[in-house]
Amino acid sequence: MHRKILAIVPAFNEAENIGQVIETIKKEDPLIDILVVNDCSRDKTGALAESTGLATVINLPFNLGIGGAVQTGFKYAVRNGYDIAFQFDGDGQHLAAEIKKLIEPILRNEADVVIGSRFCEKHKGFRSTPLRRRGIKVFEILNSLLIRQRITDNTSGFRAYCTNAIHFLADNYPEDYPEPEAVLLLGKNGFTLKEVPVRMQERKQGNSSITGIRSGYYMIKVLLAVLVNAMRPRLVKDRNTG
Amino acid sequence: MSILKNIDTNIIQYVSILGSLVFIGLIVMLIRNKKIKEEFAILWLFFGLVFLFLSVWRGSLEIIARILGIAYAPAAIFLILIIAIISILIHLSLITSRLTDQARIMTQELGLLKMEMDAMKKAEPRPGPPEDSRTQG
Repeated sequence: MHRKILAIVPAFNEAENIGQVIETIKKEDPLIDILVVNDCSRDKTGALAESTGLATVINLPFNLGIGGAVQTGFKYAVRNGYDIAFQFDGDGQHLAAEIKKLIEPILRNEADVVIGSRFCEKHKGFRSTPLRRRGIKVFEILNSLLIRQRITDNTSGFRAYCTNAIHFLADNYPEDYPEPEAVLLLGKNGFTLKEVPVRMQERKQGNSSITGIRSGYYMIKVLLAVLVNAMRPRLVKDRNTG
Repeated sequence: MSILKNIDTNIIQYVSILGSLVFIGLIVMLIRNKKIKEEFAILWLFFGLVFLFLSVWRGSLEIIARILGIAYAPAAIFLILIIAIISILIHLSLITSRLTDQARIMTQELGLLKMEMDAMKKAEPRPGPPEDSRTQG
Protein backbone atom coordinates (compact mmCIF):
# COMPACT_ATOMS: atom_id res chain seq x y z
CA MET A 1 0.00 0.00 0.00
CA HIS A 2 1.35 3.38 -0.89
CA ARG A 3 1.55 5.83 1.96
CA LYS A 4 1.32 9.55 1.50
CA ILE A 5 4.45 11.15 2.90
CA LEU A 6 4.99 14.83 3.53
CA ALA A 7 8.23 16.68 4.16
CA ILE A 8 7.61 19.74 6.31
CA VAL A 9 10.36 22.28 5.67
CA PRO A 10 10.24 25.28 8.00
CA ALA A 11 12.26 28.15 6.56
CA PHE A 12 13.12 31.60 7.83
CA ASN A 13 15.49 33.66 5.68
CA GLU A 14 16.94 30.61 3.97
CA ALA A 15 17.07 31.94 0.40
CA GLU A 16 20.58 30.58 -0.02
CA ASN A 17 19.72 27.05 1.05
CA ILE A 18 16.05 26.44 0.29
CA GLY A 19 16.33 25.57 -3.39
CA GLN A 20 18.96 22.96 -2.79
CA VAL A 21 17.11 21.52 0.18
CA ILE A 22 13.99 20.98 -1.92
CA GLU A 23 15.94 19.43 -4.77
CA THR A 24 17.85 16.99 -2.58
CA ILE A 25 14.63 15.71 -1.01
CA LYS A 26 13.00 15.22 -4.42
CA LYS A 27 16.10 13.53 -5.72
CA GLU A 28 16.10 11.17 -2.76
CA ASP A 29 12.46 10.18 -3.21
CA PRO A 30 10.26 11.77 -5.88
CA LEU A 31 7.11 10.38 -4.22
CA ILE A 32 7.56 12.56 -1.16
CA ASP A 33 5.51 15.77 -1.24
CA ILE A 34 7.30 18.83 0.05
CA LEU A 35 5.70 21.62 2.02
CA VAL A 36 7.79 24.70 2.66
CA VAL A 37 6.49 26.85 5.49
CA ASN A 38 8.01 30.24 4.88
CA ASP A 39 7.92 31.91 8.29
CA CYS A 40 7.62 35.47 7.01
CA SER A 41 11.18 35.62 5.71
CA ARG A 42 12.58 39.00 4.81
CA ASP A 43 14.46 37.55 1.84
CA LYS A 44 13.18 35.65 -1.20
CA THR A 45 12.84 32.26 0.50
CA GLY A 46 9.16 31.90 -0.45
CA ALA A 47 9.52 32.94 -4.07
CA LEU A 48 12.59 30.78 -4.56
CA ALA A 49 10.86 27.75 -3.07
CA GLU A 50 7.89 28.29 -5.39
CA SER A 51 10.11 28.74 -8.41
CA THR A 52 11.47 25.20 -8.07
CA GLY A 53 7.98 23.93 -8.91
CA LEU A 54 8.66 20.95 -6.65
CA ALA A 55 7.14 22.18 -3.42
CA THR A 56 3.92 23.57 -2.01
CA VAL A 57 4.69 26.83 -0.25
CA ILE A 58 2.82 28.41 2.63
CA ASN A 59 3.80 32.01 3.26
CA LEU A 60 2.89 32.97 6.80
CA PRO A 61 1.84 36.62 7.12
CA PHE A 62 3.62 36.96 10.49
CA ASN A 63 6.74 35.38 11.92
CA LEU A 64 5.60 32.62 14.27
CA GLY A 65 8.91 31.01 15.12
CA ILE A 66 9.85 27.42 14.40
CA GLY A 67 7.07 25.89 16.54
CA GLY A 68 4.25 27.76 14.90
CA ALA A 69 5.72 27.17 11.45
CA VAL A 70 6.09 23.42 11.88
CA GLN A 71 2.60 23.21 13.40
CA THR A 72 1.25 24.84 10.24
CA GLY A 73 2.81 21.89 8.45
CA PHE A 74 0.99 19.42 10.71
CA LYS A 75 -2.30 21.19 10.04
CA TYR A 76 -1.66 20.96 6.31
CA ALA A 77 -0.82 17.27 6.67
CA VAL A 78 -4.07 16.61 8.56
CA ARG A 79 -6.20 18.44 6.00
CA ASN A 80 -4.60 16.69 3.08
CA GLY A 81 -4.64 13.22 4.53
CA TYR A 82 -0.96 12.42 4.87
CA ASP A 83 -0.02 9.17 6.58
CA ILE A 84 3.48 10.21 7.54
CA ALA A 85 5.11 13.60 7.95
CA PHE A 86 8.67 14.43 8.74
CA GLN A 87 10.38 17.69 9.56
CA PHE A 88 13.36 18.63 7.45
CA ASP A 89 14.98 21.95 8.28
CA GLY A 90 15.36 24.55 5.55
CA ASP A 91 18.93 25.41 6.46
CA GLY A 92 20.46 22.32 4.92
CA GLN A 93 21.68 20.70 8.14
CA HIS A 94 19.59 17.59 7.63
CA LEU A 95 20.66 15.09 4.98
CA ALA A 96 18.16 13.74 2.48
CA ALA A 97 20.04 10.43 2.41
CA GLU A 98 18.92 9.85 6.01
CA ILE A 99 15.18 10.27 5.35
CA LYS A 100 14.69 6.59 4.65
CA LYS A 101 16.13 5.66 8.05
CA LEU A 102 13.75 8.07 9.71
CA ILE A 103 10.61 6.83 7.99
CA GLU A 104 11.18 3.09 7.96
CA PRO A 105 10.40 2.44 11.64
CA ILE A 106 7.01 4.11 11.11
CA LEU A 107 6.30 2.11 7.96
CA ARG A 108 7.07 -1.04 9.93
CA ASN A 109 4.85 0.14 12.79
CA GLU A 110 7.75 0.08 15.23
CA ALA A 111 7.23 3.60 16.47
CA ASP A 112 4.89 6.57 16.29
CA VAL A 113 7.68 9.11 16.30
CA VAL A 114 11.23 8.71 15.06
CA ILE A 115 13.94 11.17 16.01
CA GLY A 116 17.13 11.48 14.05
CA SER A 117 19.86 11.60 16.69
CA ARG A 118 23.41 12.84 16.37
CA PHE A 119 24.41 11.18 19.59
CA CYS A 120 23.13 7.64 19.79
CA GLU A 121 26.10 6.31 17.84
CA LYS A 122 29.82 6.93 18.03
CA HIS A 123 31.26 10.08 16.45
CA LYS A 124 29.87 10.75 13.04
CA GLY A 125 29.39 14.05 11.25
CA PHE A 126 28.69 17.40 12.80
CA ARG A 127 27.57 17.28 16.40
CA SER A 128 27.21 20.89 17.48
CA THR A 129 29.58 22.89 19.67
CA PRO A 130 30.83 21.67 23.10
CA LEU A 131 28.70 24.16 25.03
CA ARG A 132 25.59 23.20 23.14
CA ARG A 133 26.31 19.54 23.63
CA ARG A 134 26.31 20.18 27.35
CA GLY A 135 22.89 21.83 27.07
CA ILE A 136 21.62 18.93 25.01
CA LYS A 137 22.89 16.55 27.73
CA VAL A 138 20.77 18.38 30.31
CA PHE A 139 17.66 17.73 28.22
CA GLU A 140 18.68 14.11 27.77
CA ILE A 141 18.84 13.56 31.51
CA LEU A 142 15.69 15.53 32.30
CA ASN A 143 13.48 14.14 29.57
CA SER A 144 14.75 10.60 30.07
CA LEU A 145 13.74 10.82 33.73
CA LEU A 146 10.34 12.27 32.91
CA ILE A 147 9.29 9.82 30.22
CA ARG A 148 11.47 6.89 31.34
CA GLN A 149 13.03 6.42 27.95
CA ARG A 150 16.48 7.54 26.92
CA ILE A 151 16.30 10.19 24.22
CA THR A 152 19.81 11.37 23.39
CA ASP A 153 19.05 14.19 20.99
CA ASN A 154 16.13 16.22 22.29
CA THR A 155 16.97 19.27 20.21
CA SER A 156 17.03 17.47 16.90
CA GLY A 157 14.41 18.81 14.53
CA PHE A 158 14.86 15.88 12.16
CA ARG A 159 11.79 13.83 13.08
CA ALA A 160 9.14 11.69 11.47
CA TYR A 161 5.60 11.23 12.74
CA CYS A 162 2.79 8.72 12.20
CA THR A 163 -0.78 9.81 11.41
CA ASN A 164 -1.90 9.83 15.05
CA ALA A 165 1.07 11.92 16.10
CA ILE A 166 0.42 14.37 13.28
CA HIS A 167 -3.18 14.82 14.42
CA PHE A 168 -2.07 15.24 18.01
CA LEU A 169 0.60 17.81 17.21
CA ALA A 170 -1.63 19.79 14.85
CA ASP A 171 -3.49 20.80 18.01
CA ASN A 172 -0.73 20.64 20.62
CA TYR A 173 2.63 21.66 19.25
CA PRO A 174 4.76 23.84 21.56
CA GLU A 175 5.90 27.27 20.45
CA ASP A 176 9.25 29.08 20.35
CA TYR A 177 11.78 26.27 20.89
CA PRO A 178 9.55 23.24 20.57
CA GLU A 179 11.82 20.21 20.19
CA PRO A 180 12.63 19.13 23.77
CA GLU A 181 9.13 19.98 24.91
CA ALA A 182 7.59 17.96 22.10
CA VAL A 183 9.55 14.87 23.16
CA LEU A 184 8.07 15.08 26.66
CA LEU A 185 4.59 15.86 25.35
CA LEU A 186 4.62 12.88 22.99
CA GLY A 187 6.17 10.52 25.50
CA LYS A 188 3.69 11.47 28.18
CA ASN A 189 0.73 11.02 25.91
CA GLY A 190 1.59 7.45 25.08
CA PHE A 191 3.27 7.80 21.71
CA THR A 192 6.16 5.41 21.22
CA LEU A 193 9.41 7.15 20.41
CA LYS A 194 12.44 5.76 18.70
CA GLU A 195 15.80 7.25 17.91
CA VAL A 196 17.84 6.42 14.87
CA PRO A 197 21.45 7.53 14.43
CA VAL A 198 21.85 10.15 11.72
CA ARG A 199 24.57 12.45 10.55
CA MET A 200 23.96 16.15 10.31
CA GLN A 201 25.76 18.92 8.53
CA GLU A 202 26.95 22.21 9.82
CA ARG A 203 24.75 24.86 8.27
CA LYS A 204 26.03 26.07 4.91
CA GLN A 205 24.85 29.66 4.88
CA GLY A 206 23.45 32.09 7.40
CA ASN A 207 23.41 31.88 11.17
CA SER A 208 21.73 29.79 13.79
CA SER A 209 18.87 31.52 15.55
CA ILE A 210 20.26 30.63 18.97
CA THR A 211 23.50 32.40 19.80
CA GLY A 212 25.13 34.26 22.71
CA ILE A 213 22.72 35.48 25.33
CA ARG A 214 19.86 33.70 23.60
CA SER A 215 21.42 30.35 24.48
CA GLY A 216 20.93 31.17 28.16
CA TYR A 217 17.38 32.28 27.53
CA TYR A 218 16.81 29.17 25.43
CA MET A 219 17.91 26.85 28.26
CA ILE A 220 15.83 28.61 30.89
CA LYS A 221 12.74 28.91 28.73
CA VAL A 222 12.83 25.30 27.58
CA LEU A 223 13.63 23.93 31.04
CA LEU A 224 10.66 25.84 32.43
CA ALA A 225 8.44 24.63 29.62
CA VAL A 226 9.51 21.01 30.09
CA LEU A 227 9.02 21.11 33.86
CA VAL A 228 5.64 22.79 33.62
CA ASN A 229 4.63 20.37 30.92
CA ALA A 230 5.52 17.49 33.20
CA MET A 231 2.97 18.82 35.68
CA ARG A 232 0.16 19.00 33.14
CA PRO A 233 -2.38 16.23 32.85
CA ARG A 234 -2.20 13.86 29.92
CA LEU A 235 -4.06 15.09 26.88
CA VAL A 236 -4.74 11.72 25.34
CA LYS A 237 -6.39 8.99 27.34
CA ASP A 238 -5.40 5.40 26.65
CA ARG A 239 -4.32 5.35 23.06
CA ASN A 240 -3.97 2.12 21.21
CA THR A 241 -1.16 2.23 18.74
CA GLY A 242 -1.46 0.71 15.32
CA MET B 1 4.85 71.16 65.96
CA SER B 2 1.89 73.43 66.17
CA ILE B 3 1.10 72.88 62.50
CA LEU B 4 1.06 69.10 62.94
CA LYS B 5 -1.15 69.33 65.99
CA ASN B 6 -3.76 71.26 64.10
CA ILE B 7 -3.97 68.82 61.19
CA ASP B 8 -7.55 67.96 60.38
CA THR B 9 -7.33 64.27 59.44
CA ASN B 10 -10.83 64.45 58.08
CA ILE B 11 -9.45 66.18 55.01
CA ILE B 12 -7.60 63.10 53.80
CA GLN B 13 -10.79 61.12 54.21
CA TYR B 14 -12.68 63.51 51.95
CA VAL B 15 -9.84 63.48 49.45
CA SER B 16 -9.73 59.68 49.32
CA ILE B 17 -13.50 59.34 49.01
CA LEU B 18 -13.46 61.88 46.22
CA GLY B 19 -10.42 60.21 44.59
CA SER B 20 -12.05 56.77 44.71
CA LEU B 21 -15.28 58.13 43.24
CA VAL B 22 -13.45 59.92 40.43
CA PHE B 23 -11.50 56.71 39.73
CA ILE B 24 -14.64 54.56 39.63
CA GLY B 25 -16.38 57.18 37.53
CA LEU B 26 -13.49 57.21 35.07
CA ILE B 27 -13.56 53.42 34.67
CA VAL B 28 -17.34 53.41 34.22
CA MET B 29 -17.01 56.16 31.62
CA LEU B 30 -14.39 54.18 29.74
CA ILE B 31 -16.62 51.11 29.72
CA ARG B 32 -19.62 53.19 28.65
CA ASN B 33 -17.67 54.68 25.77
CA LYS B 34 -16.44 51.21 24.80
CA LYS B 35 -12.81 52.15 25.39
CA ILE B 36 -12.33 49.20 27.74
CA LYS B 37 -14.18 45.94 27.61
CA GLU B 38 -16.06 45.00 30.78
CA GLU B 39 -13.96 41.89 31.11
CA PHE B 40 -10.78 43.93 31.46
CA ALA B 41 -12.30 46.57 33.70
CA ILE B 42 -13.70 44.24 36.34
CA LEU B 43 -10.50 44.19 38.37
CA TRP B 44 -10.11 47.96 38.13
CA LEU B 45 -13.67 48.48 39.32
CA PHE B 46 -13.28 45.95 42.09
CA PHE B 47 -10.22 47.69 43.52
CA GLY B 48 -11.86 51.09 43.07
CA LEU B 49 -14.69 49.88 45.26
CA VAL B 50 -12.24 48.46 47.79
CA PHE B 51 -10.59 51.86 48.10
CA LEU B 52 -13.92 53.63 48.37
CA PHE B 53 -14.87 51.26 51.18
CA LEU B 54 -11.57 51.87 52.99
CA SER B 55 -11.92 55.63 52.76
CA VAL B 56 -15.55 55.72 53.90
CA TRP B 57 -15.00 53.43 56.86
CA ARG B 58 -11.64 54.48 58.22
CA GLY B 59 -11.65 51.99 61.07
CA SER B 60 -11.52 49.12 58.59
CA LEU B 61 -7.87 49.82 57.84
CA GLU B 62 -6.99 49.52 61.54
CA ILE B 63 -8.85 46.23 61.72
CA ILE B 64 -7.11 44.84 58.64
CA ALA B 65 -3.74 45.96 60.02
CA ARG B 66 -4.41 44.28 63.34
CA ILE B 67 -5.47 41.02 61.71
CA LEU B 68 -2.33 40.96 59.57
CA GLY B 69 -0.08 42.05 62.44
CA ILE B 70 0.93 45.33 60.82
CA ALA B 71 2.05 47.76 63.54
CA TYR B 72 1.71 50.87 61.44
CA ALA B 73 -1.83 50.81 60.06
CA PRO B 74 -1.30 53.05 57.00
CA ALA B 75 1.25 50.49 55.72
CA ALA B 76 -1.71 48.16 55.14
CA ILE B 77 -2.92 50.50 52.42
CA PHE B 78 0.33 49.97 50.51
CA LEU B 79 -0.02 46.23 50.83
CA ILE B 80 -3.53 46.38 49.40
CA LEU B 81 -2.36 48.69 46.65
CA ILE B 82 0.49 46.38 45.65
CA ILE B 83 -1.82 43.36 45.64
CA ALA B 84 -4.18 45.32 43.39
CA ILE B 85 -1.44 46.27 40.94
CA ILE B 86 0.06 42.80 40.79
CA SER B 87 -3.26 41.10 40.21
CA ILE B 88 -4.08 43.49 37.40
CA LEU B 89 -0.67 42.91 35.81
CA ILE B 90 -1.09 39.15 35.98
CA HIS B 91 -4.52 39.52 34.45
CA LEU B 92 -2.94 41.48 31.60
CA SER B 93 -0.31 38.77 31.04
CA LEU B 94 -3.13 36.27 30.86
CA ILE B 95 -4.88 38.29 28.22
CA THR B 96 -1.73 38.82 26.15
CA SER B 97 -0.96 35.11 26.25
CA ARG B 98 -4.44 34.33 24.99
CA LEU B 99 -4.13 36.92 22.25
CA THR B 100 -0.75 35.51 21.20
CA ASP B 101 -2.33 32.07 20.92
CA GLN B 102 -5.20 33.40 18.87
CA ALA B 103 -2.85 35.35 16.63
CA ARG B 104 -0.79 32.22 16.04
CA ILE B 105 -3.81 30.15 15.07
CA MET B 106 -5.08 32.91 12.82
CA THR B 107 -1.70 33.33 11.13
CA GLN B 108 -1.57 29.61 10.43
CA GLU B 109 -5.11 29.55 9.06
CA LEU B 110 -4.40 32.58 6.91
CA GLY B 111 -1.24 30.99 5.51
CA LEU B 112 -3.08 27.73 4.74
CA LEU B 113 -6.05 29.51 3.15
CA LYS B 114 -3.88 31.78 1.04
CA MET B 115 -1.98 28.80 -0.25
CA GLU B 116 -5.20 26.91 -1.05
CA MET B 117 -6.65 29.93 -2.79
CA ASP B 118 -3.56 30.45 -4.91
CA ALA B 119 -3.60 26.77 -5.86
CA MET B 120 -7.27 27.03 -6.85
CA LYS B 121 -6.65 30.12 -8.93
CA LYS B 122 -3.82 28.41 -10.74
CA ALA B 123 -5.86 25.27 -11.35
CA GLU B 124 -8.76 27.03 -13.10
CA PRO B 125 -7.96 30.46 -14.43
CA ARG B 126 -11.31 32.20 -14.88
CA PRO B 127 -11.57 35.38 -16.91
CA GLY B 128 -13.42 37.56 -14.42
CA PRO B 129 -16.97 37.09 -13.08
CA PRO B 130 -19.61 35.65 -15.42
CA GLU B 131 -21.51 38.26 -17.48
CA ASP B 132 -25.07 37.44 -16.48
CA SER B 133 -24.43 37.67 -12.74
CA ARG B 134 -24.95 41.41 -12.85
CA THR B 135 -28.10 41.51 -14.99
CA GLN B 136 -29.90 38.97 -12.86
CA GLY B 137 -31.18 40.93 -9.92
